Amino acid sequence: MAMSRDDIFQGVQEVLVDALGVDNEEVTAQATLMGDLGAESIDFLDIVFRLEKAFAIKIPREELFPAENVMNNPEYISDGKLTEKGLAELRERMPHTDIAEFESDPDVDKLGDLFTVGAIVNYVEAKLDSSVSK
Amino acid sequence: MLNINAKMRWIWIDKFVEFNSGKSAVAVKNVTLAEEHLHDHFPGFPVMPETLCIEAMAQTAGILVGEAKKFQEKVILAKVKKAVFFDYVKPGDTINIHARIESITSEAASTDGKITCADKLVAEIDLMFSHIDRNLAGKEFPEENFVFTDTFKSLLRGLVPADRSGGTPESEQD
Repeated sequence: MAMSRDDIFQGVQEVLVDALGVDNEEVTAQATLMGDLGAESIDFLDIVFRLEKAFAIKIPREELFPAENVMNNPEYISDGKLTEKGLAELRERMPHTDIAEFESDPDVDKLGDLFTVGAIVNYVEAKLDSSVSK
Repeated sequence: MLNINAKMRWIWIDKFVEFNSGKSAVAVKNVTLAEEHLHDHFPGFPVMPETLCIEAMAQTAGILVGEAKKFQEKVILAKVKKAVFFDYVKPGDTINIHARIESITSEAASTDGKITCADKLVAEIDLMFSHIDRNLAGKEFPEENFVFTDTFKSLLRGLVPADRSGGTPESEQD
């Protein structure tokens, strides 16, 4: 049986509570992983491992959190902001994330704000859908 | 003669008793009052510091993770995911440190484990390790593998084939 979005949210919430030592109430759909929940780089790997286990899916790390690849490519960044090319790359790599607001001021320092709890739920939902339809 | 190459001795396991490459391992440590710090931790009530129990697990699990990639990666403890203690470890105790690889990728590994003493559960410790050359946004580290010195590898002698434990050691000087 397919999981409802609520079920997925709850699963993601549990993963983040365990991985980041935060309270249930803090894990809202809008919460950002780094800014609001205090995630550091190693936590992203921890989260990926835990999501794989919780939802029995395989997650290539750069698929869920592709920012590192984008940030390490000089073609994509100029003056501390993402170039048009960088934004295009981000759109392509992060279909599960709404980057409209970020596009109006694509400051590299704000890239972290794109990683929200909601984006993870979107990603897991899409991933589960694709594994069912296979 | 003063040996300037002398390295700090920082080994908190005595030997491996089980080693299933890429999967699980069990190491033992005998705790003794010959360990200086026990007299200060605590005076009149010597117990192995829980931080050192975590270190013993980090060494057991870290060697397990390192061996899984033939010691080609620099494996660094990145996160203590869980550390719960149920009992004290006292001088005269032999503790068994059981580690298991939960997940391993090219960048990192996650392990879970427990410490037991005479079949009694002492602690549950889950860790995360980073293969640092593949993380930290391309920062460079020394080429030599400073994590897995020969002293660590020697703990595996007889348990894994020599070609997997790093072959002929490049002789550490001490």
